[in-house]
Amino acid sequence: MEAVLALVIGTLYAAGLYLMMRRNLIQLIIGLSLLSHGANLLIFTAGGLRGGGAPILAEGEKVFATTPADPLPQALILTAIVISFAVTAFALVLFLRTYQTVGTDDVDKLKETDT
Amino acid sequence: MTLLPSLPITIPLAGAVLCMLFRKSLRMQKLIAVVFSFVILFTAIGLMANTADGTIAVMHVGSWSAPFGITLTVDMLSSVMLVLAGLLGVSVSIYSCFDLDDERVRFGFFPLCLILLMGVNGAFVTGDLFNLYVWFEVLLTASFILLALGGERPQLEGSIKYVALNLLSSALFLAGVGILYGMAGTLNMAQLAQVVQQGDRGGLVTMVAVMFLMAFGIKAGMFPLYFWLPASYATPPAAVSALFSGLLTKVGVYSLIRVFTLIFIADPEFLHNLILIGAGLTMVSGVLAAAAQYEMRKILAVHIVSQIGYIVMGLGLFTQAALAGTIVYLAHNIIVKTNLFLVSGAVHRIKGTYDLHKLGGLYKERPGLAILFIISAMSLAGVPPLSGFFAKLSLIIAGLEIEAWGIVAVALGVSLLTLYSMTKIWAYVFWKPAPENLPDLNPMPAGKWLLFLSPMVAFTVITVAMGVYAGPIFDYVSAAGEQLMNPQGYINAVLGGGN
Repeated sequence: MEAVLALVIGTLYAAGLYLMMRRNLIQLIIGLSLLSHGANLLIFTAGGLRGGGAPILAEGEKVFATTPADPLPQALILTAIVISFAVTAFALVLFLRTYQTVGTDDVDKLKETDT
Repeated sequence: MTLLPSLPITIPLAGAVLCMLFRKSLRMQKLIAVVFSFVILFTAIGLMANTADGTIAVMHVGSWSAPFGITLTVDMLSSVMLVLAGLLGVSVSIYSCFDLDDERVRFGFFPLCLILLMGVNGAFVTGDLFNLYVWFEVLLTASFILLALGGERPQLEGSIKYVALNLLSSALFLAGVGILYGMAGTLNMAQLAQVVQQGDRGGLVTMVAVMFLMAFGIKAGMFPLYFWLPASYATPPAAVSALFSGLLTKVGVYSLIRVFTLIFIADPEFLHNLILIGAGLTMVSGVLAAAAQYEMRKILAVHIVSQIGYIVMGLGLFTQAALAGTIVYLAHNIIVKTNLFLVSGAVHRIKGTYDLHKLGGLYKERPGLAILFIISAMSLAGVPPLSGFFAKLSLIIAGLEIEAWGIVAVALGVSLLTLYSMTKIWAYVFWKPAPENLPDLNPMPAGKWLLFLSPMVAFTVITVAMGVYAGPIFDYVSAAGEQLMNPQGYINAVLGGGN
């Protein structure tokens, strides 16, 4: 399972970085989202893949019968998803506004600030 | 006492909420912002007084004891950074009360500033790596909006570069956090420091360390990751540039210092030398890029990069004296650089341009402003007896002590080029006769003008005072450097007892 996920993460990173290096603003933002998905999956995989069920003790039990799944990576990912959702929403508005002001979605043409 | 470390976060939040409640009244917003930034500054000074004897203030949020909950820790480095952030908040909020157009204030400039301060303070006090990531996102989101607020074309273009590269850096940071968690099973910095040092994990630790170096390096503006900085920092109003140059890159530097003195200290041969080489290249490339510019604000913005090189140099040398030098340099740089940005804003206010070719003769017209500029500029270049001289001196002595001749030579050479850039601004803007008679655009009456200049006067006094009182300041930062070089104290303070 780790190997499959590693491949998926690698593909997400590769696709994300490739899209970020394209010249189109929309591709840039899709690339950024793919990167953050890759990072989330990476946390999930690195935190250890275990099918032990939820870490909740049944009534009267003192120890877990099987090692439960680690809830912390999932909490981290949840936080990261919320953050990346908000940031992506902001970036979309920024890019739309830039498109309206500058009149192009070509990143190469945004060079007024380069001197 | 136990609640004290959380105040730098909660006070700005309260201020931001209050500002939002008075959304319609610009005067109230200005008043709230100024009052709250003073409160933030005094809280920070209180924290500094509490930690000056070397105690580390620890707070376990929600009483979840470490390493299970989120810990807030304030040591000497954090408290210095908090005081500096407070100073910056006060000066920028006073300055923007007079300088900023109503449009930007109406769209929430002041609440955003307070949120930015909250994020920055949060990053300075947190003792948890994932929490650091969250604070980074808080301050980044506030900074994205501050940068784009106003919606002028260069601002939007600069924002896109800034947003894209900073989100890339956040993704790297997050990935590093994930791998580190998989490896150590904790994200509490103190426990991470313990776990990472036990047992031989070989290359994996170094690899994660380099990921953090990349992520924080982008945020700090280190070579070769700084290309977003000149494009974006020179586009917003001077108040925002001042706030960013003083706080945002410095949060990156602070995080570098934190993780590379606490967690990744097992392999200084490779990691700290890598940082040192990066520091040298950062200094040189930043100062050369600044020398090629002919716009006052742009010279200052590009110049931030070269100053980051100096600050990181101390971390690369990785001795107690060098870390002490780094902290002095951080303090000196935040104060002086902010002041230069504010002065450039005042020049823009009077003449309506930043172009060195169009400006001139300001020494004759505004001698007071010229004096404020030249003191800070000379301090930046490292002329005695100002703060910059002692900051550079301490870094260079620390370099000589461990015989790092190369970086010392680079630092001295770059210092000379800094002087060149600063005298260029001085000669073009203040000294040479005005090329054409630009009208004086400043409509402020004299009394208001003095209030507008008051943050700059305060910063100028501080940079002179830091030079005059170099002795006590050095006692303080040497103690802070010692605290950083002995992470066991930090670990014990957080985890409790000598385990």
